[in-house]
Amino acid sequence: MAERSFKREVVKLTAGEGEVFTGEGILAVTKALLQSGVAYVGGYQGSPISHLMDVFADANDLLCDLGVHFEASASEATAAAMLAASVNYPLRGAVAWKSVVGTNVASDALSNVASGGVTGGALIIVGEDYGEGSSIMQERTHAFAMKSQMWLIDPRPNLPSIVDSVEQAFRLSEASNTPVMLQLRVRSCHMTGSFVAKDNRRPPLTVGEAAAAPVRDTDRIVLPPANFLHEVEKIEQRWPAGVAYVRDNRLNEWFGPAQSEAGIGIIVQGGLYNNLNRAMELLGLADAYGAAQLPIYCLNVTYPLIPDEVAAFCAGKRTVLVVEEGQPEFIEHELNTLVRRAGLDTRILGKDMLPRSGEYTADVIRKGLSRFLADQAPALAPAPDALDPLPARVAQEIPQRPAGFCTGCPERPIFTAMKLVERDLGPTHVSADIGCHLFSILPPFNIGNTTMGYGLGAAGASAFKPKDGEGGKRSIAIMGDGGFWHNGLTSGIGNAVFNKDDTVTMIIDNGYSAATGGQDILSSRADNASRETRNPITKAVRGVGAKWVRETTRTYDLARMTSLLREALTTPEKGPKVIVAQSECMLNKQRREKKVTAAALKAGKRVVRERFGVDSDTCTGDHSCIRLSGCPSLTIKPNPDPLRQDPVAHVENSCVGCGLCGEVSHAAVLCPSFYRAKIVANPGRLERLKARIGGAIIASRQLAAERGRAARAF
Amino acid sequence: MSVATQDRLTIAVLALGGQGGGVLADWIQDVARAEGWLAQGTSVPGVAQRTGSTVYYVELARPDGSGRVPVFAQMPMPGDVDVVIASELMEAGRALLRGFSTAARTTLIGSTHRIYAIGEKQVMGDGRGNSDKIIEAAHKRSRRFVGFDMDAATERSCSVISAVMFGALAGSGALPFRVETFRQAIEQGGIAVQSNLRGFQDGFEQAQGPVAMPDAPVHAAPEPTTDRGRVLAARITRTLPNAARTNALHGVAKLMDYQDADYAALYLDRLEACAALDVAPYAVTAEAARHLALWMAYEDTIRVADLKIRGSRFARVRGEIKAQPDQVVSIVEFMHPRLQEVCETLPAGIGRRILASQGLSNLLGRFFRAGRHVETTSLRWFLVLHVVASMRILRRRSLRYAEEQARIEHWLDLVRAELRRDGEAALELVKCQRLIKGYGDTFERGLANYERIVAEHGRAARSAGEIRRLRDLALSDDTSTALMQAMAR
Repeated sequence: MAERSFKREVVKLTAGEGEVFTGEGILAVTKALLQSGVAYVGGYQGSPISHLMDVFADANDLLCDLGVHFEASASEATAAAMLAASVNYPLRGAVAWKSVVGTNVASDALSNVASGGVTGGALIIVGEDYGEGSSIMQERTHAFAMKSQMWLIDPRPNLPSIVDSVEQAFRLSEASNTPVMLQLRVRSCHMTGSFVAKDNRRPPLTVGEAAAAPVRDTDRIVLPPANFLHEVEKIEQRWPAGVAYVRDNRLNEWFGPAQSEAGIGIIVQGGLYNNLNRAMELLGLADAYGAAQLPIYCLNVTYPLIPDEVAAFCAGKRTVLVVEEGQPEFIEHELNTLVRRAGLDTRILGKDMLPRSGEYTADVIRKGLSRFLADQAPALAPAPDALDPLPARVAQEIPQRPAGFCTGCPERPIFTAMKLVERDLGPTHVSADIGCHLFSILPPFNIGNTTMGYGLGAAGASAFKPKDGEGGKRSIAIMGDGGFWHNGLTSGIGNAVFNKDDTVTMIIDNGYSAATGGQDILSSRADNASRETRNPITKAVRGVGAKWVRETTRTYDLARMTSLLREALTTPEKGPKVIVAQSECMLNKQRREKKVTAAALKAGKRVVRERFGVDSDTCTGDHSCIRLSGCPSLTIKPNPDPLRQDPVAHVENSCVGCGLCGEVSHAAVLCPSFYRAKIVANPGRLERLKARIGGAIIASRQLAAERGRAARAF
Repeated sequence: MSVATQDRLTIAVLALGGQGGGVLADWIQDVARAEGWLAQGTSVPGVAQRTGSTVYYVELARPDGSGRVPVFAQMPMPGDVDVVIASELMEAGRALLRGFSTAARTTLIGSTHRIYAIGEKQVMGDGRGNSDKIIEAAHKRSRRFVGFDMDAATERSCSVISAVMFGALAGSGALPFRVETFRQAIEQGGIAVQSNLRGFQDGFEQAQGPVAMPDAPVHAAPEPTTDRGRVLAARITRTLPNAARTNALHGVAKLMDYQDADYAALYLDRLEACAALDVAPYAVTAEAARHLALWMAYEDTIRVADLKIRGSRFARVRGEIKAQPDQVVSIVEFMHPRLQEVCETLPAGIGRRILASQGLSNLLGRFFRAGRHVETTSLRWFLVLHVVASMRILRRRSLRYAEEQARIEHWLDLVRAELRRDGEAALELVKCQRLIKGYGDTFERGLANYERIVAEHGRAARSAGEIRRLRDLALSDDTSTALMQAMAR
């Protein structure tokens, strides 16, 4: 079960002609797909479009009724390859993933589908994880659109525009036999808004019907001579067709006057239009409704550019500012070419006015635009900002707050174990992976040397083959269950077996693709009506020939965790050592169990709750426990002792009683301050009696001791 | 421009992943739409949702009747935010840092409680950021600052902090909407309606009051309750400078509880020896009163057992874990007395002999290797700990006692010697006791660092500044690396 359920929202997807749909961007996109008569949908989760996959999953019944096939693909490559269904058949298909990383994974299939071209509309929805909150390298999907010749749509960020561009994308794709990418920026995926719905459309042809009546055209396959034919087709047929469709259907937009006195204009990526308008509004150059005083050419289609439109816009303008986020500045480069070819001497300014790197927030654009105006139209330029930053003496008090392992996370003890083992065996090279476990590189663990991509933890360690005489130190590779099934089984384990690696691979099996929102995967222990789960990782690992395979089903068992690690690092046995560390993602576990417990309590049943605590009068405030855990619920508070000054450790009520604190204080011989409290609600009669008798005796001794203390007290 | 006449309102919510900032943002939009306004919300999904700081942004617009939809921005713009809601004090600070809250415009609604960041928590001493500076800046850099302990409000109302923030927003009057509409948004949400409304109400009321910080522990000087206590209290007033008295009173109370009145008297003897050499403002004596008491009340097995089985402790635990009267509670301790600690509790002679003999150590050692789960609330373990605690009367004969007193005397000798030479340095030496804390490895590390610094000072007298620097270095990492490097130079 995914972290967020859309069961309530997906009802909106049934909205019919004329109804006003209000909701999030991802739901709007889903609705638009259904309105476009999409025949099949696939993809791989990852922020910012994880929830798009969750919506599809939760809307599965609706999709079935409409005859739409939905698949939670094994990887972005799988999803992209799915688009093959649109090559021979007039089937509209859509796939979605996090970009740029997902596009990297998908690029082999994308190149193939783009080369052969498509008959049915093929739409690739990329969640562009760029700027604030991004967890990946800052690159542009734009490059992939260019190299494989796929069209790139970057709509203005409002639901009507986004919905419209989904529908247009399919038509554009079909008109030009070219796959189309729809770029959804981070903040657009969960942006709320409204649009007027249309009826959902059953696909005119379903995937089943297509498979029943196969059509073959070997010219669509990338193999000589067809591959050379494809290149020619791209240039001579698909490109002009694409350009024509964009131009004739006016997918790009124009705002403001045709010309300004200052002889300047602005070209902007559709996705940045709202920020630009806000910047202009604050500079007094536009109103809240987008009535601009400068000519604006808004590129809802950022690839390809439309030469006639560019020429027409630039004609009669001295200078044009191009607002293009990210780098390299492909659009700026091409604009310069187009302007030259059109024989215009319009000057194109972009990165020399706006920053080369980073997100183009409204504020960044305001500053860049001010600079541009000061340079090109001083009359319109605003007075320079009166800067008033927060003084450093205050700013330095505000701590960084990076993401981290959740309360009770089962991955935490694994890194605690690594830290403890490191104390005896010394530091090792650790090849990290993508997933929650990558938080290990942050305080308090600071464990990890590199991460080379999703599922590539083991592969990232493959160069390290300890030889005798070189210290023979084994390196450790981390891999999550998500990454394992994404590609790690072959790229990591298979490779390690085949090449006789001697590395230790720690596979963290928390039962879900947790970092992306707790989606089910092959090895999930949860029952899933529409998917095949419960396929153990150990079985797969042994299947590709790994011999030294160990499993622990309770990562919180620090003693076992450390001994497994120590054994793996020191055993004379050659070949890859694989440890599968299992414990359910605490977010999912809590979500499931909270309901059950609440119900049981209501029903007056016996419920046992465990949580940890720290005795502040024995805690001396060294915080070793925190350095070995980092659990959000294990924090500090002012020292209640009037003489002590350092804050004491403190466990908040958010504690879920995972047990790590106790295990740590044992394993690391820390301090006796930790206690585990077992709270029994609605205890049985016998239990109550036992507690009462024992309690009474203890209480009497305590009373006596108390008198003694009082007698000798101050 | 006053809120009443504004056509657009911009609201930034700064929260930590998992605090329900998204729910709050949705509620705000529901209110606006119900009041006939247009609303857009944006957020940044992704890893920030895993306990990191994250920003939710809401824009509200009053329709102009034309049916047109304005162009909404997707993120807060410095200087252009009407309301900032922060779920924690440093997040409010972050809003100031990012320029979201401005004196000209912004109603800043922030909790004054702290959720400490890992960078603050993991520090070996005290790494907490300074809240007062943030509060001061919050007043300066907002048109109005509504601040109170939202965590306490959440606890009080058994609700969630998002509901409290929502209530505070309604209570602040920063939005031109009826309070009833706010309540309806919660009701229509249909989830945990009752508790959410409780939280809302609490937040609403708190927003009417002045800025309030979380309750901090107050330490009134203890009043004597026994004859011996009164005698010692009188002695403190007689023999110790004013500056040292409060600490000394606390110290005497602590040590009488720890051991007995004679031990407390010994404490005062030692303290008076310091005071005799000290001069106004008697900073050394004041700090010595603190650190000497802490050192003399070193945490040995006896002390730990004593503290663990007290009735007051049982009560405190029940309170901390929010156990209901009808619920059965059992408490398990994680203890790992190593042979070392056990021998230290034994009479010095025996303890030394065992530790000295490799054979004996190995033989007995195996009983004290694994950590123990000690269920203090079970009769059996309670009585065991009770016996250990009652060894208090034998403490003076214990090995640990001998060792600690020797160390203390040596430390006091240094301090007294230094007092004759350089009062500043003496003060820093006194404060070095702070390094000695914890149990097992932690204790040994701290003690080692203390002894390194003292030895360094012994070789060639170090200035106050140098001693302070070394002490800070000792607290900068738990491998003593920084300290050793500094001393190697």
